[in-house]
Amino acid sequence: MPETIDCRGLACPEPVLLTRQALQEHSSGTLTILVSTAVARDNVTRAARSMGWSVESAETADGFSLTVKK
Amino acid sequence: MRDKLLIIAAGIITGLLAVILVWQGNPANMGFCIACFLRDVAGGLGLHRAAVVQYLRPEIMGLVLGAFIVALLSREFKPSGGSSPALRFILGMLMMAGALIFLGCPLRLILRLAGGDWNALVALPGYVFGIYIGTIFLKKGFSLGRSQPQPALNGLAAPFFSLFLLVLLFAAPAFIFFSEEGPGSMHAPAAIALIAGLLVGILAQRSRLCTMGAIRDLILFKDYQLFLGFAAIFVVVLLGNLLTGRFNPGFVDQPVAHTDGIWNFLGMTVVGLAATLAGGCPLRQLILSGEGNGDALITVLGAVTGAAFMHNFGLAASGSGVTPGGQWTVIIALVLLLIIGSANIRAAVRAKVSQDANVRAG
Repeated sequence: MPETIDCRGLACPEPVLLTRQALQEHSSGTLTILVSTAVARDNVTRAARSMGWSVESAETADGFSLTVKK
Repeated sequence: MRDKLLIIAAGIITGLLAVILVWQGNPANMGFCIACFLRDVAGGLGLHRAAVVQYLRPEIMGLVLGAFIVALLSREFKPSGGSSPALRFILGMLMMAGALIFLGCPLRLILRLAGGDWNALVALPGYVFGIYIGTIFLKKGFSLGRSQPQPALNGLAAPFFSLFLLVLLFAAPAFIFFSEEGPGSMHAPAAIALIAGLLVGILAQRSRLCTMGAIRDLILFKDYQLFLGFAAIFVVVLLGNLLTGRFNPGFVDQPVAHTDGIWNFLGMTVVGLAATLAGGCPLRQLILSGEGNGDALITVLGAVTGAAFMHNFGLAASGSGVTPGGQWTVIIALVLLLIIGSANIRAAVRAKVSQDANVRAG
Protein backbone atom coordinates (compact mmCIF):
# COMPACT_ATOMS: atom_id res chain seq x y z
CA MET A 1 0.00 0.00 0.00
CA PRO A 2 1.69 3.25 -1.09
CA GLU A 3 1.78 6.17 1.30
CA THR A 4 -1.16 8.52 0.74
CA ILE A 5 -1.25 12.28 1.18
CA ASP A 6 -4.81 13.54 1.49
CA CYS A 7 -5.00 17.10 0.13
CA ARG A 8 -8.71 17.02 -0.60
CA GLY A 9 -10.50 20.24 0.28
CA LEU A 10 -7.26 22.12 0.91
CA ALA A 11 -6.79 25.44 -0.87
CA CYS A 12 -3.71 26.16 -2.96
CA PRO A 13 -0.83 26.28 -2.25
CA GLU A 14 -1.34 23.79 0.60
CA PRO A 15 -1.47 20.68 -1.64
CA VAL A 16 1.81 21.72 -3.29
CA LEU A 17 3.47 22.41 0.05
CA LEU A 18 2.38 19.03 1.44
CA THR A 19 3.50 17.23 -1.72
CA ARG A 20 6.91 18.88 -1.77
CA GLN A 21 7.39 18.11 1.90
CA ALA A 22 6.54 14.44 1.31
CA LEU A 23 8.71 14.12 -1.80
CA GLN A 24 11.66 15.71 -0.03
CA GLU A 25 11.41 12.98 2.60
CA HIS A 26 11.74 10.23 -0.02
CA SER A 27 14.51 9.69 -2.54
CA SER A 28 12.38 7.22 -4.51
CA GLY A 29 9.20 5.17 -4.29
CA THR A 30 5.51 5.55 -5.00
CA LEU A 31 3.09 7.95 -3.33
CA THR A 32 -0.60 8.59 -3.82
CA ILE A 33 -1.81 12.18 -3.56
CA LEU A 34 -5.52 12.94 -3.38
CA VAL A 35 -6.78 16.36 -4.45
CA SER A 36 -10.27 17.71 -5.09
CA THR A 37 -9.77 20.33 -7.81
CA ALA A 38 -8.19 20.51 -11.25
CA VAL A 39 -6.11 23.47 -10.07
CA ALA A 40 -4.59 21.41 -7.27
CA ARG A 41 -4.05 18.49 -9.70
CA ASP A 42 -2.19 20.76 -12.15
CA ASN A 43 -0.12 22.47 -9.45
CA VAL A 44 0.85 19.23 -7.69
CA THR A 45 1.72 17.64 -11.04
CA ARG A 46 3.93 20.57 -12.00
CA ALA A 47 5.67 20.60 -8.61
CA ALA A 48 6.32 16.83 -8.61
CA ARG A 49 7.62 16.80 -12.18
CA SER A 50 9.93 19.73 -11.43
CA MET A 51 11.40 17.59 -8.64
CA GLY A 52 12.04 14.74 -11.07
CA TRP A 53 9.06 12.50 -10.22
CA SER A 54 6.63 11.05 -12.77
CA VAL A 55 2.94 11.69 -12.25
CA GLU A 56 -0.14 9.81 -13.39
CA SER A 57 -3.56 11.27 -12.76
CA ALA A 58 -6.88 9.44 -12.45
CA GLU A 59 -10.30 10.90 -11.78
CA THR A 60 -12.06 9.75 -8.60
CA ALA A 61 -15.56 10.29 -7.26
CA ASP A 62 -14.53 13.42 -5.38
CA GLY A 63 -11.57 14.72 -7.36
CA PHE A 64 -8.30 13.24 -8.60
CA SER A 65 -5.87 10.63 -7.42
CA LEU A 66 -2.27 11.26 -8.45
CA THR A 67 0.27 8.46 -8.46
CA VAL A 68 3.74 9.91 -8.07
CA LYS A 69 6.78 7.68 -8.78
CA LYS A 70 10.56 7.84 -8.87
CA MET B 1 4.28 25.18 -22.25
CA ARG B 2 0.62 25.36 -23.13
CA ASP B 3 -0.14 26.61 -19.60
CA LYS B 4 2.47 29.32 -19.90
CA LEU B 5 1.09 30.52 -23.25
CA LEU B 6 -2.42 30.51 -21.79
CA ILE B 7 -1.53 32.72 -18.86
CA ILE B 8 0.47 35.09 -21.07
CA ALA B 9 -2.55 35.31 -23.40
CA ALA B 10 -4.84 35.94 -20.42
CA GLY B 11 -2.52 38.71 -19.24
CA ILE B 12 -2.30 40.30 -22.70
CA ILE B 13 -6.07 40.29 -23.25
CA THR B 14 -6.78 41.53 -19.72
CA GLY B 15 -4.32 44.36 -20.32
CA LEU B 16 -5.83 45.22 -23.71
CA LEU B 17 -9.35 45.25 -22.27
CA ALA B 18 -8.18 47.46 -19.39
CA VAL B 19 -6.87 50.00 -21.91
CA ILE B 20 -10.11 49.78 -23.93
CA LEU B 21 -12.30 50.23 -20.84
CA VAL B 22 -10.45 53.42 -19.89
CA TRP B 23 -10.74 54.67 -23.47
CA GLN B 24 -14.48 53.87 -23.32
CA GLY B 25 -15.05 55.83 -20.14
CA ASN B 26 -13.70 54.07 -17.03
CA PRO B 27 -11.61 56.27 -14.68
CA ALA B 28 -7.92 56.54 -15.56
CA ASN B 29 -5.75 53.58 -14.55
CA MET B 30 -9.00 51.81 -13.62
CA GLY B 31 -9.79 49.62 -16.59
CA PHE B 32 -10.16 46.91 -14.00
CA CYS B 33 -10.06 47.31 -10.23
CA ILE B 34 -11.83 44.59 -8.35
CA ALA B 35 -11.76 46.43 -5.02
CA CYS B 36 -12.96 49.72 -6.55
CA PHE B 37 -15.67 47.95 -8.51
CA LEU B 38 -16.95 45.97 -5.51
CA ARG B 39 -16.92 49.22 -3.55
CA ASP B 40 -18.96 50.86 -6.34
CA VAL B 41 -21.40 47.92 -6.25
CA ALA B 42 -21.77 48.37 -2.48
CA GLY B 43 -22.52 52.04 -3.16
CA GLY B 44 -24.93 51.27 -5.99
CA LEU B 45 -26.90 49.06 -3.61
CA GLY B 46 -26.92 51.87 -1.06
CA LEU B 47 -24.80 49.95 1.46
CA HIS B 48 -22.70 53.11 1.71
CA ARG B 49 -23.62 56.66 0.75
CA ALA B 50 -20.38 58.02 -0.68
CA ALA B 51 -22.11 59.70 -3.63
CA VAL B 52 -19.05 59.66 -5.91
CA VAL B 53 -18.52 55.87 -5.89
CA GLN B 54 -21.88 54.27 -6.60
CA TYR B 55 -22.43 52.12 -9.68
CA LEU B 56 -23.26 48.48 -10.39
CA ARG B 57 -20.06 47.73 -12.33
CA PRO B 58 -20.94 45.13 -14.97
CA GLU B 59 -17.29 43.99 -15.10
CA ILE B 60 -17.87 42.26 -11.74
CA MET B 61 -20.90 40.33 -12.95
CA GLY B 62 -19.10 39.49 -16.19
CA LEU B 63 -16.09 38.08 -14.32
CA VAL B 64 -18.26 35.80 -12.17
CA LEU B 65 -20.49 34.69 -15.06
CA GLY B 66 -17.56 34.15 -17.43
CA ALA B 67 -15.83 31.95 -14.86
CA PHE B 68 -19.11 30.14 -14.18
CA ILE B 69 -19.82 29.35 -17.84
CA VAL B 70 -16.33 28.12 -18.65
CA ALA B 71 -16.13 26.13 -15.40
CA LEU B 72 -19.39 24.39 -16.34
CA LEU B 73 -18.10 23.60 -19.84
CA SER B 74 -14.74 22.34 -18.58
CA ARG B 75 -16.33 20.29 -15.78
CA GLU B 76 -14.54 22.37 -13.17
CA PHE B 77 -17.75 23.75 -11.64
CA LYS B 78 -17.64 22.30 -8.13
CA PRO B 79 -19.88 23.58 -5.36
CA SER B 80 -17.72 23.53 -2.25
CA GLY B 81 -17.37 25.39 1.02
CA GLY B 82 -17.01 25.16 4.74
CA SER B 83 -13.37 26.15 5.18
CA SER B 84 -13.50 28.75 7.98
CA PRO B 85 -16.24 30.89 6.39
CA ALA B 86 -16.36 33.41 9.23
CA LEU B 87 -12.61 34.02 9.06
CA ARG B 88 -12.78 34.29 5.27
CA PHE B 89 -15.48 36.96 5.62
CA ILE B 90 -13.14 38.93 7.86
CA LEU B 91 -10.21 38.37 5.48
CA GLY B 92 -12.39 39.79 2.69
CA MET B 93 -13.21 42.84 4.81
CA LEU B 94 -9.54 43.41 5.64
CA MET B 95 -8.46 42.91 2.03
CA MET B 96 -10.91 45.65 1.03
CA ALA B 97 -9.79 47.89 3.90
CA GLY B 98 -6.18 47.76 2.73
CA ALA B 99 -7.19 48.31 -0.90
CA LEU B 100 -9.25 51.39 -0.03
CA ILE B 101 -6.25 52.88 1.78
CA PHE B 102 -4.04 52.47 -1.31
CA LEU B 103 -7.02 53.13 -3.61
CA GLY B 104 -6.88 50.00 -5.68
CA CYS B 105 -6.67 46.24 -5.63
CA PRO B 106 -3.44 44.59 -6.79
CA LEU B 107 -4.75 44.52 -10.36
CA ARG B 108 -5.14 48.30 -10.28
CA LEU B 109 -1.68 48.49 -8.71
CA ILE B 110 -0.32 47.01 -11.95
CA LEU B 111 -2.45 49.42 -14.02
CA ARG B 112 -1.34 52.43 -11.95
CA LEU B 113 2.28 51.38 -12.33
CA ALA B 114 1.82 51.06 -16.10
CA GLY B 115 0.25 54.53 -16.15
CA GLY B 116 3.35 56.08 -14.57
CA ASP B 117 1.81 56.50 -11.10
CA TRP B 118 4.94 56.10 -8.98
CA ASN B 119 2.85 55.84 -5.79
CA ALA B 120 2.19 52.32 -7.00
CA LEU B 121 5.95 51.78 -7.09
CA VAL B 122 5.92 52.42 -3.34
CA ALA B 123 2.90 50.16 -2.82
CA LEU B 124 4.29 47.19 -4.79
CA PRO B 125 7.04 46.36 -2.26
CA GLY B 126 4.34 46.66 0.43
CA TYR B 127 2.25 44.08 -1.42
CA VAL B 128 5.25 41.76 -1.82
CA PHE B 129 6.08 42.22 1.87
CA GLY B 130 2.52 41.24 2.87
CA ILE B 131 2.68 38.13 0.70
CA TYR B 132 6.11 37.29 2.13
CA ILE B 133 4.68 37.36 5.68
CA GLY B 134 1.85 35.15 4.43
CA THR B 135 4.30 32.60 3.01
CA ILE B 136 5.99 32.34 6.42
CA PHE B 137 2.62 31.34 7.89
CA LEU B 138 2.04 28.88 5.03
CA LYS B 139 5.43 27.25 5.54
CA LYS B 140 4.69 26.87 9.24
CA GLY B 141 1.49 24.99 8.40
CA PHE B 142 -1.15 27.72 8.16
CA SER B 143 -4.48 26.39 6.91
CA LEU B 144 -8.08 27.56 7.13
CA GLY B 145 -9.08 23.89 7.06
CA ARG B 146 -10.59 21.65 4.44
CA SER B 147 -13.59 22.61 2.35
CA GLN B 148 -16.27 20.02 1.64
CA PRO B 149 -18.38 19.36 -1.44
CA GLN B 150 -21.72 21.20 -1.14
CA PRO B 151 -25.15 20.74 -2.71
CA ALA B 152 -25.36 22.27 -6.20
CA LEU B 153 -27.43 25.29 -5.23
CA ASN B 154 -24.53 26.62 -3.12
CA GLY B 155 -22.39 26.90 -6.22
CA LEU B 156 -25.12 28.70 -8.13
CA ALA B 157 -25.38 31.48 -5.53
CA ALA B 158 -22.66 33.68 -7.02
CA PRO B 159 -23.80 33.45 -10.68
CA PHE B 160 -27.43 34.02 -9.71
CA PHE B 161 -26.55 37.00 -7.55
CA SER B 162 -24.57 38.38 -10.51
CA LEU B 163 -27.60 37.97 -12.79
CA PHE B 164 -29.72 39.75 -10.17
CA LEU B 165 -27.26 42.67 -10.14
CA LEU B 166 -27.39 42.83 -13.95
CA VAL B 167 -31.18 43.04 -13.84
CA LEU B 168 -30.91 45.89 -11.32
CA LEU B 169 -28.31 47.63 -13.50
CA PHE B 170 -30.42 47.53 -16.67
CA ALA B 171 -33.80 48.08 -14.99
CA ALA B 172 -32.30 50.90 -12.88
CA PRO B 173 -35.03 51.09 -10.23
CA ALA B 174 -35.11 54.26 -8.10
CA PHE B 175 -33.56 52.58 -5.05
CA ILE B 176 -30.30 51.86 -6.90
CA PHE B 177 -27.72 54.63 -6.69
CA PHE B 178 -25.75 55.81 -9.72
CA SER B 179 -23.06 58.46 -9.15
CA GLU B 180 -23.59 61.67 -11.08
CA GLU B 181 -20.03 62.86 -10.54
CA GLY B 182 -16.68 61.39 -9.48
CA PRO B 183 -15.20 57.98 -10.34
CA GLY B 184 -18.56 56.22 -10.01
CA SER B 185 -20.00 58.32 -12.82
CA MET B 186 -17.14 57.41 -15.15
CA HIS B 187 -17.74 54.14 -16.84
CA ALA B 188 -17.60 52.39 -20.18
CA PRO B 189 -20.96 51.52 -21.78
CA ALA B 190 -22.50 48.67 -19.77
CA ALA B 191 -22.50 46.17 -22.64
CA ILE B 192 -18.80 46.71 -23.36
CA ALA B 193 -17.92 46.45 -19.66
CA LEU B 194 -19.97 43.26 -19.33
CA ILE B 195 -18.31 41.63 -22.34
CA ALA B 196 -14.87 42.66 -21.09
CA GLY B 197 -15.70 41.10 -17.73
CA LEU B 198 -16.94 37.89 -19.37
CA LEU B 199 -13.78 37.55 -21.46
CA VAL B 200 -11.44 38.11 -18.52
CA GLY B 201 -13.59 35.79 -16.39
CA ILE B 202 -13.18 33.01 -18.96
CA LEU B 203 -9.44 33.55 -19.39
CA ALA B 204 -8.73 33.99 -15.69
CA GLN B 205 -10.60 30.78 -14.90
CA ARG B 206 -8.69 28.78 -17.50
CA SER B 207 -5.28 30.27 -16.69
CA ARG B 208 -5.71 30.60 -12.87
CA LEU B 209 -4.54 34.24 -13.16
CA CYS B 210 -3.89 35.61 -9.66
CA THR B 211 -1.87 38.68 -8.72
CA MET B 212 -1.09 37.23 -5.28
CA GLY B 213 -0.27 33.74 -6.54
CA ALA B 214 2.13 35.36 -9.02
CA ILE B 215 4.34 36.64 -6.22
CA ARG B 216 3.61 33.87 -3.69
CA ASP B 217 4.71 31.11 -6.05
CA LEU B 218 7.90 33.02 -6.86
CA ILE B 219 8.71 33.30 -3.15
CA LEU B 220 7.65 29.77 -2.15
CA PHE B 221 8.60 27.67 -5.17
CA LYS B 222 10.56 29.93 -7.54
CA ASP B 223 7.70 29.08 -9.93
CA TYR B 224 7.12 31.95 -12.32
CA GLN B 225 4.10 30.64 -14.27
CA LEU B 226 1.51 32.93 -12.63
CA PHE B 227 3.98 35.81 -12.68
CA LEU B 228 3.93 35.66 -16.49
CA GLY B 229 0.30 36.85 -16.37
CA PHE B 230 1.16 39.67 -13.98
CA ALA B 231 4.03 40.79 -16.23
CA ALA B 232 1.97 40.50 -19.43
CA ILE B 233 -0.73 42.82 -18.03
CA PHE B 234 1.93 45.37 -17.09
CA VAL B 235 3.70 45.31 -20.46
CA VAL B 236 0.50 45.56 -22.53
CA VAL B 237 -1.00 48.38 -20.46
CA LEU B 238 2.30 50.26 -20.44
CA LEU B 239 2.48 50.03 -24.24
CA GLY B 240 -1.20 50.97 -24.54
CA ASN B 241 -0.72 54.02 -22.33
CA LEU B 242 2.40 55.09 -24.22
CA LEU B 243 0.66 54.77 -27.59
CA THR B 244 -2.50 56.62 -26.51
CA GLY B 245 -0.67 59.38 -24.63
CA ARG B 246 -1.92 58.24 -21.22
CA PHE B 247 1.49 57.59 -19.64
CA ASN B 248 2.03 60.41 -17.11
CA PRO B 249 5.01 59.61 -14.89
CA GLY B 250 5.15 61.15 -11.42
CA PHE B 251 3.87 61.06 -7.85
CA VAL B 252 1.48 64.03 -7.75
CA ASP B 253 -1.82 64.63 -9.52
CA GLN B 254 -2.29 60.96 -10.37
CA PRO B 255 -5.88 59.88 -11.03
CA VAL B 256 -7.74 58.49 -8.00
CA ALA B 257 -4.55 58.31 -5.93
CA HIS B 258 -2.76 60.01 -3.05
CA THR B 259 0.94 60.49 -2.31
CA ASP B 260 1.05 59.20 1.28
CA GLY B 261 3.89 56.71 0.77
CA ILE B 262 3.91 54.89 4.08
CA TRP B 263 0.16 54.22 3.95
CA ASN B 264 0.32 53.18 0.31
CA PHE B 265 2.97 50.66 1.33
CA LEU B 266 1.17 49.41 4.46
CA GLY B 267 -2.27 49.39 2.81
CA MET B 268 -0.96 46.97 0.22
CA THR B 269 0.84 44.96 2.92
CA VAL B 270 -2.61 44.36 4.41
CA VAL B 271 -3.96 43.31 1.00
CA GLY B 272 -1.00 41.02 0.31
CA LEU B 273 -1.17 39.26 3.66
CA ALA B 274 -4.99 38.96 3.64
CA ALA B 275 -4.95 37.61 0.08
CA THR B 276 -2.26 35.05 0.91
CA LEU B 277 -4.16 33.79 3.96
CA ALA B 278 -7.41 33.70 1.92
CA GLY B 279 -5.68 31.88 -0.97
CA GLY B 280 -6.30 34.45 -3.70
CA CYS B 281 -6.36 38.12 -4.66
CA PRO B 282 -9.74 39.88 -5.08
CA LEU B 283 -9.85 38.92 -8.78
CA ARG B 284 -9.16 35.26 -8.01
CA GLN B 285 -11.86 35.25 -5.30
CA LEU B 286 -14.43 36.43 -7.87
CA ILE B 287 -13.35 33.75 -10.34
CA LEU B 288 -13.49 31.02 -7.68
CA SER B 289 -16.97 32.23 -6.68
CA GLY B 290 -18.06 31.64 -10.26
CA GLU B 291 -16.62 28.11 -10.10
CA GLY B 292 -18.94 27.33 -7.20
CA ASN B 293 -16.49 27.96 -4.38
CA GLY B 294 -18.68 29.19 -1.51
CA ASP B 295 -15.66 30.13 0.60
CA ALA B 296 -14.56 32.56 -2.11
CA LEU B 297 -18.08 34.00 -2.35
CA ILE B 298 -18.03 34.61 1.41
CA THR B 299 -14.69 36.41 0.97
CA VAL B 300 -16.21 38.60 -1.78
CA LEU B 301 -19.25 39.40 0.40
CA GLY B 302 -16.83 40.27 3.21
CA ALA B 303 -15.06 42.64 0.82
CA VAL B 304 -18.36 44.32 -0.14
CA THR B 305 -19.21 44.72 3.55
CA GLY B 306 -15.72 46.03 4.23
CA ALA B 307 -16.19 48.68 1.55
CA ALA B 308 -19.44 49.79 3.19
CA PHE B 309 -17.70 50.07 6.58
CA MET B 310 -14.77 51.98 5.11
CA HIS B 311 -16.99 54.60 3.49
CA ASN B 312 -19.69 54.79 6.15
CA PHE B 313 -17.08 55.35 8.87
CA GLY B 314 -14.97 57.78 6.84
CA LEU B 315 -11.98 55.41 6.82
CA ALA B 316 -11.36 55.08 3.08
CA ALA B 317 -8.58 57.19 1.59
CA SER B 318 -9.23 59.78 -1.09
CA GLY B 319 -7.16 61.88 -3.46
CA SER B 320 -6.34 64.14 -0.52
CA GLY B 321 -4.79 61.34 1.53
CA VAL B 322 -5.44 58.90 4.37
CA THR B 323 -7.54 59.95 7.37
CA PRO B 324 -6.33 59.22 10.94
CA GLY B 325 -9.14 56.67 11.15
CA GLY B 326 -7.84 55.05 8.00
CA GLN B 327 -4.35 54.84 9.49
CA TRP B 328 -5.71 53.13 12.60
CA THR B 329 -7.65 50.77 10.36
CA VAL B 330 -4.43 49.65 8.69
CA ILE B 331 -2.73 49.00 12.02
CA ILE B 332 -5.73 47.11 13.42
CA ALA B 333 -6.00 45.13 10.18
CA LEU B 334 -2.33 44.09 10.40
CA VAL B 335 -2.77 42.97 14.01
CA LEU B 336 -5.91 40.98 13.14
CA LEU B 337 -4.16 39.33 10.20
CA LEU B 338 -1.20 38.31 12.35
CA ILE B 339 -3.64 36.82 14.88
CA ILE B 340 -5.56 34.93 12.16
CA GLY B 341 -2.27 33.73 10.68
CA SER B 342 -0.75 32.46 13.91
CA ALA B 343 -3.97 31.01 15.31
CA ASN B 344 -4.43 28.73 12.30
CA ILE B 345 -1.11 26.97 12.15
CA ARG B 346 -2.21 23.38 12.37
CA ALA B 347 0.07 20.44 12.75
CA ALA B 348 -2.90 18.15 12.18
CA VAL B 349 -3.48 19.15 8.56
CA ARG B 350 0.13 18.23 7.79
CA ALA B 351 -0.34 14.74 9.16
CA LYS B 352 -0.16 12.09 6.53
CA VAL B 353 -3.21 10.01 6.04
CA SER B 354 -2.78 6.32 5.58
CA GLN B 355 -4.90 3.60 4.15
CA ASP B 356 -8.32 4.91 5.11
CA ALA B 357 -7.93 7.81 2.69
CA ASN B 358 -7.47 5.31 -0.11
CA VAL B 359 -10.68 3.58 0.82
CA ARG B 360 -12.60 6.83 0.95
CA ALA B 361 -11.16 7.91 -2.38
CA GLY B 362 -12.48 4.63 -3.80
